[in-house]
Amino acid sequence: MNDPRWRQGAQALRGRLPALALLAALLALWELYALTGLTPRWVLPSPSDVWRAGVEAAGLMAPHAAQTMLETVVGLALAIVGGLALAVGIDLYDLLRRAMYPLLVASQTIPIMALAPLLIIWFGYGLLPKVVVVWLVCFFPIAINTADGLNGADPDATALLRSMGATRWQIFRKQRLPGALPAFFTGLKIAVTYSVVGAIIGEWVGASQGLGVFMLRASNAFLTARVFAAIAVTSLLSVALFLLVAALERLAIPWYFAAAKREQWEEIK
Amino acid sequence: MSRATEPESGAPKLELRHISKRFRVGGRVVAALEDVSLALGAGEFVTIVGPSGCGKSTLLNIACGLLQPDAGEIRLDGQPAGERLGKVAYMPQRDLLLPWRSVLDNVTLGPELAGVSREEARREALADLPLFGLEGFEHALPAQLSGGMKQRAALLRTLLLHREVMLLDEPFGALDALTRLQLQEWLLGVWARFRTSILFITHDVEEAVFLSDRVLVMSPRPGRIALELAVPLPRPRARHMCDEPECIGLREKLLEALGLDNPSG
Repeated sequence: MNDPRWRQGAQALRGRLPALALLAALLALWELYALTGLTPRWVLPSPSDVWRAGVEAAGLMAPHAAQTMLETVVGLALAIVGGLALAVGIDLYDLLRRAMYPLLVASQTIPIMALAPLLIIWFGYGLLPKVVVVWLVCFFPIAINTADGLNGADPDATALLRSMGATRWQIFRKQRLPGALPAFFTGLKIAVTYSVVGAIIGEWVGASQGLGVFMLRASNAFLTARVFAAIAVTSLLSVALFLLVAALERLAIPWYFAAAKREQWEEIK
Repeated sequence: MSRATEPESGAPKLELRHISKRFRVGGRVVAALEDVSLALGAGEFVTIVGPSGCGKSTLLNIACGLLQPDAGEIRLDGQPAGERLGKVAYMPQRDLLLPWRSVLDNVTLGPELAGVSREEARREALADLPLFGLEGFEHALPAQLSGGMKQRAALLRTLLLHREVMLLDEPFGALDALTRLQLQEWLLGVWARFRTSILFITHDVEEAVFLSDRVLVMSPRPGRIALELAVPLPRPRARHMCDEPECIGLREKLLEALGLDNPSG
């Protein structure tokens, strides 16, 4: 009982309890409402209908989900490469910062939904246009957060390294880059939450496989419960990706959490 | 360490000649330093005391090469030293330990930048850890250290740069009074062992007298050397010496030069 790890786990669970309880309550309300029959089941299926439809169509959905994940992961990986490269470029060359930064921010006002059909025209019906949509959605938060992280490096620490005779590259490598990792992970966590949805938007416009296609087909056939099941799978995949990134973050920058978590003196109640 | 030029025998390790520095602050020009000259001999401990904003830190930034003076000259070992970055060891007020590096990796930053092999740098640092009260903390992160430990780690990092001149900018300024007294005595022990030349900055007159061979008083902006005072106390120093009339006299002179002469009673 007094094992600190056990206590930490119990504490974490207790912290999430209100959210879990609220979710359960909402699902129960929804189920009850569906039972009253005020709304036809094919318009609003109950949570249990969705669960059954999901289990039933699991085999059918699996290849679609795999396709969506493939688009997501490829797009995300390319966004990480591109976002990091631009952030580093912006940090090293002030001219690049002044030229790119405002355009980058402005580019976020372009509705991706409207852009997706154009991507189909330009890149066809294959993997590429979906990857491009994911890339467009993920690139910005990664690039901007990392650039801000690099820019936020402590000037006093930079001065100290300079006084030691460090070269510009050494300062970048040993101070600015490691110091920007927390900001990079913040950007990455924002990016992954959007990434799966990005792939699905890409699929809606034109694809032969993917959760987006599955949703459209189910919707056209009025299999509403299946649409909800696909939405639930989409959410689960996004959450899984997010948790994966959060776990990677813990491994990559343990010092950041050590610094944030000072020894606390708790009152014993 | 090999040298291109032999040091002139008896030349000061660090010499500042007629240094002036001005800054532009929001459209106005502020003179931070005006005609400041000082010399730091081999193995000497010299302290500069002065009010906040008198340009003490600017002076150290110029000495270590982070800033260049508008006028004047800096010499190391008697030779003019235009480019000084990496030639003297500088310790700023804040510890500035990199939070992602362990204590060991922080203190070996200098050798690492200089391309010394990791094993060699670590071996030396590990040997010094006990003297710095950091034994057993080599793998701890800075966030896990107390304020005093952080300053000791920062000082070890400075020492491991292996420079003959160390510039220490109020290293104990942010510490509580008790830790500060402990670290003063500890610093003298470290210095007695390594015998580098130290230029120390503080706004604490008692600290200045206790530590130094000579104390220089800087005037408020523009910073000038208003008084130079030798401290004739024997070494090793002991805390009770601060209660001797001679020492009290020194402190009074310093306070007077700082414009704080306030005869009580």
